[in-house]
Amino acid sequence: MSWAGKVLRVNLTNGTCKSEPLNMEWAQQYLGQRGLASKYLAEEVDPKVDPLSPANKLIMTTGPLTGTMASTGGRYSVVTKGALTGAIACSNSGGYFGAEMKNAGWDMIIFEGRAPSPVYLYVENDKAEIRSAEGIWGQSVWKSEEMIRHFHQDPQLRIAVIGRAGEEGVKFACVVNDSHRAAGRSGVGTVMGSKNLKAVAVRGTKGVKVKDFKAFMEATNAAKAILASNPVTGQGLPTYGTQVLMNVINETGALPTRNHRDVQFEGASKISGEAMHEKRLTDGKPNLVKNQACFGCTIACGRVSMLDKTHFSVSNRPEYWGASGGLEYENAWALGASTGVSDLEALTFCGFLCNEQGMDPITLGTTIGAAMEMFEQGTITEKETGGIKLTFGNAEALCQVVEMTGKGEGFGREIGLGSKRLCEKYGHPELSMSVKGQEFPAYDSRGIQGMGLTYATSNRGACHLRSYTVSSEVLGVPVKTDPHVTEGKAELVKAFQDATAAVDSSGLCVFTTFAWGLQDFASMLDAACEGGWTMERLAEVGERIWNLERKFNNAAGFTAADDTLPKRLLTEAAKTGPAKGLVNKLGEMLPEYYKIRGWTPDGMPTNETLARLGL
Amino acid sequence: MQRSLHIDPNKCTGCRQCEMACSYEQEGIFNPSKSRIRVFMFDAEARFVPYTCTQCAEAWCMLACPVDAIKVDLNTGAKVVHENLCVGCKVCTIACPFGTINYMSDRGKVMKCDLCGGDPACAKACPTQAITYIDADWTGLERMRVWAKKTDAGATATH
Repeated sequence: MSWAGKVLRVNLTNGTCKSEPLNMEWAQQYLGQRGLASKYLAEEVDPKVDPLSPANKLIMTTGPLTGTMASTGGRYSVVTKGALTGAIACSNSGGYFGAEMKNAGWDMIIFEGRAPSPVYLYVENDKAEIRSAEGIWGQSVWKSEEMIRHFHQDPQLRIAVIGRAGEEGVKFACVVNDSHRAAGRSGVGTVMGSKNLKAVAVRGTKGVKVKDFKAFMEATNAAKAILASNPVTGQGLPTYGTQVLMNVINETGALPTRNHRDVQFEGASKISGEAMHEKRLTDGKPNLVKNQACFGCTIACGRVSMLDKTHFSVSNRPEYWGASGGLEYENAWALGASTGVSDLEALTFCGFLCNEQGMDPITLGTTIGAAMEMFEQGTITEKETGGIKLTFGNAEALCQVVEMTGKGEGFGREIGLGSKRLCEKYGHPELSMSVKGQEFPAYDSRGIQGMGLTYATSNRGACHLRSYTVSSEVLGVPVKTDPHVTEGKAELVKAFQDATAAVDSSGLCVFTTFAWGLQDFASMLDAACEGGWTMERLAEVGERIWNLERKFNNAAGFTAADDTLPKRLLTEAAKTGPAKGLVNKLGEMLPEYYKIRGWTPDGMPTNETLARLGL
Repeated sequence: MQRSLHIDPNKCTGCRQCEMACSYEQEGIFNPSKSRIRVFMFDAEARFVPYTCTQCAEAWCMLACPVDAIKVDLNTGAKVVHENLCVGCKVCTIACPFGTINYMSDRGKVMKCDLCGGDPACAKACPTQAITYIDADWTGLERMRVWAKKTDAGATATH
C-alpha cells in the first residue's frame, strides 16, 4: 500500500517522540494529507483554542502518492489552526521535503505542546530525536539549513524550517523547505514558532511501495502523457511558470492593483513572465535562469532567478547574488501590482527575502498595499514608518519594509500583523482586502465573479487554491464560463472545492488539474491504494473534507457573517477593462451555494448533510 | 550499434523521475537512495546534473575486483555486478575515479548502472530528454548539429 502506515507523534512539552499506526479507517474516508490531517486535527484540537497556545497542534503530512513516480508526487502539507485567521489551515508545499519524509516511513508528524526552549526535530528513517536549536534559533531559513546539514555532516538532509518571521510572531510566517518552497499561507509558520520548533530535518532511505506496481506504472505513464501534451502544463507553465498569467489576468481586468483600488496595472508587462525572459539592459542577462521541478514533477513550473548585481537592492550584498527561487505569479502580483511597484528586480529581491525569512508574500504584499493606501491618505505618517515614504510605487520603500518585516524590526512589526489587524489598529478596517483575516490572492472578483464566492466561502480565508474557477471562467478548463455572470457559479465553486480537497489529499499538485480530471487521479490512486478509488468516491471524499473543515470553523466561532467580501469589492465598481462598471455580486451566489451544499440559510451543514457524509 | 547514456544537464529540471525509475527497475520500489543514477543540485548556480556510470571501456572497477564479480555484458557493453559473486570488499568503489559504483550496506554488495540490459529506465522516464540513450560513437552529435546550424549561411560560410 502506498500509505506508510505510521504517524510520528512528537510531544514538544515532554520531549517525547512516539510511533503509532495510521488510522486506516480514517484514511479510507479522508485519503491522506489535507483531508486526513484535518480529521486528526478536528478530533484532537478544540476549535476554540488560541492558535498560538500549546494546546494547538501542528501536523506535517504527506499523501498516499507522495514519494511515488506519479508526476508531481512530492507534495506535503502543514495543517493546524491558523495564526493569521483562527480558522483551520492547510498549507501545501512541493520541493523535496515531503518525499523524503515519506521515504523515511512517515505519513504524518504531529507536533503537540510547546518546547521549553528552541528545538528542532531530526528524523532518520525510524529514528526521531528532538535536538536543541541553540545557535540556530535567530537564523534565517537559508542559514539554518546550512547549519543543520553541516552539523549532521549530511548534505542529503531535507529540511523544513521557519525563518526569523516565524520566531518573531509575524502573523503570516511560512514553513519553508528546500530554500525556496513554502507551506505559505495562514500563518502555519507562526504556529511552528510558537511551539519553539525551529526545523524538521529528515533523511529517508526506506522507499515507497504501491499496491499494484504494474497498473500504477501504466496509470502514471498515461497521466504524464496528458500533462506533456496539454498547452498549459506542457508549454505555458514550464516556459513562464505561473507568471504566464500576469498579462492574461491584466487584460481580463482582474489584476487587483494598489490595494484593489484598480483592476488593471499599467506596469503588469514589466513584471510578467515574459519580462523575466528578456535580457536586462544593465548586464545583458535575463532575470530568469532556469525552470525547476519539485520532486517527481514533469511540469517544472518553478522559477529560478538571479538578480542584477548592480540593482540598488543588492549592489553591495553578494549574499543575494546566487540563483534562488524567482517570481511566481502570486508573489509578483502581491509585491508588485498590489503595491504599484513595477521594478522586476526589486520584486525578485523581495521574493528572496520572503524565502529567506519565511513570510507569505501574498499577505505581506497586500498588507503593504493597505499600509500604502493609509499612508497616502495620511492615516499612517513618516512618524510611524520611521521616515520611510510608503507611497504606492516606491520600490526602495517596499524593499526596506519587507526586510524589516522579515526581521521583526521597526515598522515591519506593524506590517507583521497582517492587513486585518493593521487596518483595525489604524481605524480603517474596510481597507483590509481579506476574508476571515486572510488576504486575497491575485484575482479581482469584480472581473471574475466566481472567485468572489470562492474567497467568501474558503475555509482558510481568502484563497485561490480552494476552488480555482479562474480555470473555467478565464482559461476555459474544463469548460468555458462567462466571468462576468453569477449564474451557475455556485455549482461550479462547489465542484471545484470538492475536487481540490481530494487532490490536496493525494500527495499530488493541484496545478495538474489544468490537464487532469478526477478520473486521472482515481486511476493512479486505485492502482496505488487499497479500497477501490473512483472519481465519484474522490468527489465524495472532497465534500466530506470540505464539511469537516466548515464544521471546525463553525465551532471556532465563524458564522455566515464571515462568508463575505470587503465593501470595496461589493460596492466600488471596476474602473477599467472588460469588467468596467462591475462589482462582485456575491449576494446572487451565496444563498444558492448554501443550498447546493446542503447547508442551512445560515451556512451551517444540516444534520442530513453531516449524516450523509459520515460526520 | 553500441549505445550509451547521454546526459544534457541544461535540460534537467531536477525532478528526479530518473532516480525513481532506476530504483523501481533495479529494486522494485520507488526509492531514490537505491538509484544508480543521481541528480546533483548546484542550487546557487541553478544547475541540476544527473550523473551515473559512463561504462569505461577499460573499467577500473572491473579490473580491481578480486573475485571477478564485475563482468561485461557483451550486448550492451555495460559493466555488470554479479551479486552472487560480490563479496562486498568495496575495492571497486575505491578504484572508480568517478564514484559511480557504490556500496549497499543493507545487502553487503555493491551497485552500479547496468544500462537495464539495453533499455535504460532513467532515459525512458526523463520528461525533458536530459537523459537519452544514443549511439555510443556519436555522443557529440547534438552539439555538432548546433554548430552545423550556425554555418547555414551557405557558400559564404567560413570556419
